[in-house]
Amino acid sequence: MISFSRVTKRYPGGLEALRGVTLTIDAGEMVFVTGPSGAGKSTALKLMAAIERPTTGSVVVSGQNVGALRPRAVPFLRRKLGLIFQDQKLLFDRSAFDNVMLPLAVTGFERREAARRVRAALDKVGLLAKEKVHPVRLSGGEQQRLAIARAIVHRPAILLADEPTGNLDAAYAAGIGELFRSFNQVGVTVVIATHDASFAARMKPRMIVLKEGRVAAA
Amino acid sequence: MKTWLWHHVDALRTTLARLLRTPVATLLNVSVIGVALALPVGLYVAVVNLQGLTRSLGSDPQLSVFLALDAGSADAKRIAARLQQHPTVREARYVPRDEALKELKSSTGLADVVDSLPANPLPDAFVVTPRDTTPAALEKLRDEVRGWPKVTHVQLDAEWARRLEAGLRAALLAVSLLATVFAFALVAVTFNTIRLQILTRREEIEVSKLIGATDSFIRRPFLYYGALQGLAGGLAAWAIIAAGIYILNGALADLSRLYAAQIELRHLSPEDSGSLLAFSAALGWFGSWLSVNRHLAAIEPR
Repeated sequence: MISFSRVTKRYPGGLEALRGVTLTIDAGEMVFVTGPSGAGKSTALKLMAAIERPTTGSVVVSGQNVGALRPRAVPFLRRKLGLIFQDQKLLFDRSAFDNVMLPLAVTGFERREAARRVRAALDKVGLLAKEKVHPVRLSGGEQQRLAIARAIVHRPAILLADEPTGNLDAAYAAGIGELFRSFNQVGVTVVIATHDASFAARMKPRMIVLKEGRVAAA
Repeated sequence: MKTWLWHHVDALRTTLARLLRTPVATLLNVSVIGVALALPVGLYVAVVNLQGLTRSLGSDPQLSVFLALDAGSADAKRIAARLQQHPTVREARYVPRDEALKELKSSTGLADVVDSLPANPLPDAFVVTPRDTTPAALEKLRDEVRGWPKVTHVQLDAEWARRLEAGLRAALLAVSLLATVFAFALVAVTFNTIRLQILTRREEIEVSKLIGATDSFIRRPFLYYGALQGLAGGLAAWAIIAAGIYILNGALADLSRLYAAQIELRHLSPEDSGSLLAFSAALGWFGSWLSVNRHLAAIEPR
């Protein structure tokens, strides 16, 4: 589903975030990418989502070479992905419902069916009762679950999460971990980047450990 | 196809909502555009009305041939025959002095004055329509007829109308130059509005890109915004001119009663109104297109 082959990412200014990384994640797998801050976890996820492009080497996601993707093709790759960010990137000028609606709106989904799916996604993360609430009035954990609902509403084949439990306490983190496992159980490939070792250990998934831009253990 | 249509309907609806969510800013922008457009369009309306006036006064050049007051009907017949046989005359209409007086009495408000005259001061006259209407031919005919016996005066009618019309053509050119300048202003206003819109919607644009929105999807509401704003500005200009004409016509009604003539300003024809609206919407669209192309590429998720 996702494969890196000798991928190096050098940022302008000379910082090398990844150095010759080779790894493969199969369809239906649940993988944690861990390692200390600055090890290249976020960069790896950004490469998978075509937010960044590899300096050398190739990144292939669901059969498409991300590095060689034309800009016009990028949106169509991203529609196959669900992205979750540490800072959530929610829109604060609209309700929870409208936030989750966004991925369906960009693909021109039929209105009634879209509303049904949005409610299903909100229900899945336990926020159905708060569909009319604006994100500002949600707690940190609720905001993160809202971001998860937005990432899964269009039923992507791959879920990429960057530090999804960044600012949450352990109990909350465990709940979110279970949520990811349930998506994985219905066939979604899940990739989670985290530096939260206890969170990762509890889940007992396959781990890819990065250190200074290299794969230390896979 | 259905999806495509849905996208457009949706973009239009969001855009309208955005315009209405900031009513004051929208109103100000629309007024600026309306006033900017009303100036050249108002001038255009004035010129078109003046043109209508000169046409109704007949810009087909004619010669008025006035006979001496002591000319009898025999003289008139002789001159009529001479005019009708003249190779460059297409038509010569005889206007007897009594008829001319009657016409004067009925068509202007001067009945009292005419009635108080001791005798008819008007001469017999001919209205001559020449075959060749070039200025040189007209002058040659005028000079020739002037020399005939019992002819006191030959007047080239409609010459002033032709001069006025030439002047109006120059005025129309000035109007189009002015319109060009204000079209630039409209594009600039839209460009700036859209630039601010993009800046305030930066986050939304970034998120949209992350969840797989195409560039055209992101661009669409901004283009609609520009076009709708331009259209509203065009409507505002139309309304400003309509109001101006309404007020002026009120004043002109008194004037036309005094002169016993029908003087009334007319608004833009339906075709011209349509062009005004289409033009302003297109310019708004163009302004936002420039702005979107310039500013959207700078927003990429990091």
